[in-house]
Amino acid sequence: MSETSPSAETTVAAFDVRMTRFVDAAGTVLAPLPAFAQDPEELRRMYRVMVETRAIDRKAVALQRTGQLGTYASCLGQEAIGTATGIAMHADDVLIPAYRDYAAQFLRGVPAESTFLYWAGDERSMHFPEGTPSRHDFPFSVPIGTHIPQAIGVAYAFRLRKQPRVAVAACGDGATSRGDFYEAVSSAKVWNLPVVFLISNNQWAISLPRARQTGAQTLAQKAIAGGIPGEQVDGNDVIATRHVLERALAAARAGEGPRVIEAVTYRLHDHTTADDARRYRAEDELEDAWTRCPIKRLRACMATLGCWSVADEEELEAQAAARAEAVAQAYFAVQPEMPQAIFDSLYATLPTALGAQRAEVMTAPAPQTEH
Amino acid sequence: MADLNIIEAVNLALKSEMARDENVLVLGEDIGRNGGVFRATVGLLDAYGPERVIDMPLAENLIAAMAIGLSTQGLRPVAEIQFSGFLYPCLDQIANHAARYRNRTRGRITCPLVIRAPNGGGIHAPEHHSESMETFFAHMPGLRVIAPSNPARAYGLLLAAIRDPDPVIFLEPTRCYRLFKQAVEDSGEALPLDTAFVEREGTHLTLVSWGAMMHETRLAADALAQEGVSCELIDVASLKPLDMDTILASVTKTGRCVIVQEAPRAYGPASEIAANLAEHGLLSLFAPVLRVSGYDTVMPLARLEKVYLPDVRRIVAEVRKLLELAPVG
Repeated sequence: MSETSPSAETTVAAFDVRMTRFVDAAGTVLAPLPAFAQDPEELRRMYRVMVETRAIDRKAVALQRTGQLGTYASCLGQEAIGTATGIAMHADDVLIPAYRDYAAQFLRGVPAESTFLYWAGDERSMHFPEGTPSRHDFPFSVPIGTHIPQAIGVAYAFRLRKQPRVAVAACGDGATSRGDFYEAVSSAKVWNLPVVFLISNNQWAISLPRARQTGAQTLAQKAIAGGIPGEQVDGNDVIATRHVLERALAAARAGEGPRVIEAVTYRLHDHTTADDARRYRAEDELEDAWTRCPIKRLRACMATLGCWSVADEEELEAQAAARAEAVAQAYFAVQPEMPQAIFDSLYATLPTALGAQRAEVMTAPAPQTEH
Repeated sequence: MADLNIIEAVNLALKSEMARDENVLVLGEDIGRNGGVFRATVGLLDAYGPERVIDMPLAENLIAAMAIGLSTQGLRPVAEIQFSGFLYPCLDQIANHAARYRNRTRGRITCPLVIRAPNGGGIHAPEHHSESMETFFAHMPGLRVIAPSNPARAYGLLLAAIRDPDPVIFLEPTRCYRLFKQAVEDSGEALPLDTAFVEREGTHLTLVSWGAMMHETRLAADALAQEGVSCELIDVASLKPLDMDTILASVTKTGRCVIVQEAPRAYGPASEIAANLAEHGLLSLFAPVLRVSGYDTVMPLARLEKVYLPDVRRIVAEVRKLLELAPVG
C-alpha cells in the first residue's frame, strides 16, 4: 500500500477533442494536403464558389440598404463552411441548414435569387427546383436549432430503408445551447444514425459572445456526452473543413454513425442588416478576425502554390460581380404571388371550412401584396 | 366484429394500418415491450419489430421533431405522447415546423404525421396528466385536430388520420379509454376527418360536444329525455377543421344549443362554435347559446378535479336554464 491510500475513485472515461487545420491564416500550408487539394483545379473551384458567394452576399446587403430587400442575414466570413459542405455532400444526401449556409445551398441547386426572394418575404423561395440535389433539402430554420432533432427522423428513414444517404444538420454556436441540439446529439447514437451535426461557431449569437454561451471549452465536446465523436476544424480553412466533412460523411455512409463537427469561424458582418454590432463588439476584434478571412487565406495559399495569378483574380472578380448583378435582376423579375396563395399550400386539400376566407381574399379590393 | 373499448380500438387501428402500409411506424415513450402506459401499442413490437415500433428516449420535443423528420421522407409516423401535459414541449415543433412545412415550401415538403395523446382528466392521475389541450392545437393553421368519443370513431378516425397527407393531432378521451365497449369491425375503412356526427336526433335543443365530454353529454340527454326534453346530440369529432354546417343545420331545426367542453372556457372550441352560431344562426335561435365547460383555472389535482370537470348535473342544469329562457312548445 502506498503512502497515499488508493482512492475509491477511478477514471471511467477520458476524452480529447482534435482540431484540424491545413492552411494557416497567412496561407501557409502546415501539413501535407488531402488528395483533393493537390489538384489546383479543385482549389480554384472552391475559391470561385467562395468569391461568388461573397459577391452575392454583398449584393443582398446592398439591396437591403437601398430598400429593395427585407432584413438579411449575411454569411460574410463564413463562406468556407458552406462551400465545403456543398462539395462534400452527395446529391441524394439531405441538407437541413441554418441561415448563413448559402454557399452549400447554391452548390446544391438553390438559385441565389431564391435566397433574395426569401428575405424579401416570398414562400416560393423555399420551393427548391426539381432535378437538383436541393430538391430534398430543408429550407433553413429561423427558430434557432429547432430543425436539428428533425434530422434524427430523416436519418432514421435512411437507415430504415438501408439507403446510403446522410443527413447534415447545420447550426450556429448559439443553437448548441438549446435542448433541441442536446436531444438530437444525445439520441443519434441510439440508432447509430447517418447524421452529421455541423456547428458554424462564428463566435457571436447576435450580441452574446461564445464565452457567455457556455462554460464548455469547445462546442465539439458536446458530442462526447452523446457517445459520438466530436471534433473541431478551422472553419476558415476550406481545405480542412471539406476534408473533415468528407471524412464524417463517408463514415456515416459506411454505417459508422453520427458525428459532431465544430467549424470555428467568425461573423464578419452584423447579425443581420437590422443589427449594429458596434453596440457590443470591439472594432479591434473585428479587424483581427479579418486577418483570418477564408477567401484571403485560400488566395494566399494558391498564390504560393503557383496556381492563382493577379489576372485570374481580376477575371473572377468581374465574373462574380456580373453573377451577383444577374441574380439581382432575376430577383427583380419575380412577380408577387396571388393573394390566395396564403391558403393554397396550407393543406393538401383546402378544408371546406376555409373556403369562405379564401373567397374573401380573392374578392378583396386593392392588391395586398408588396414587391 | 368484436366488442372493443377505445384503447383496444386504437390498438386495432394501429395494428391494422401497420399491416396495410409498411410506411406506418409508431414512436413514443414506453410503447415497445411495455405496450404504452395505457396499452395502446400492445403487441405491435412483436408483430412489427423494433425498427417500426420505436421506444423513444425521454424527450417529447425530440419525439415530435423525429416524427416530422420521418414524415418528410414519406413515412407515416404515429407518435404517442404519454400524457396530455407532456404535449407542451411539442408545441414548438408542431406550430413552427409540422404545421408550416407544406405552406412554406409551397407543397414541396409535407408532414403526414399523427401525434396521439390521452386528453383530459377524470382518472385521478398525478399533476400535469389531466390537461385538455385541444384549444392550443385548434388555433394552429395547417393542422387537423381530432377528438374521438367512442371506439368505432377512434378506430375509423385514427385510420383516416394516419392516411391524411397533413399533420393530425389525435386527442383521445383518457377517462373513456375503458369506460364502455362497442362493436368495431376491422374493416380498414376510415371515417371522414372533417365531419361532425349527429349521434342522436332530437327536436328541442342541440347538445354539442366531443371527446370524453360526449359521454357525460349522452348521459345528460338520457336524463333529460326522462323529463320529456328531446335533445339532438352532435359529436364534433373534428375540432379543426370544424364542421359548422352540421351544427348549424341542427340548431336551425332546434333553435337552442348548449355546448359542452372539458377544456377551460375562455377562447376554447365552444366559444368558436358559439361565435359561428351567432354569426350564421342567430335568427334561428330562441335563446342565447350556452356553454358548459371546465373553469378558467389550473387543472386541479385529483381531490378537486370533479369540481372542475363538467358532469351530467352541470349539463342538465344549464339545459334547464336554457329552457327557462326559451320554453319548449
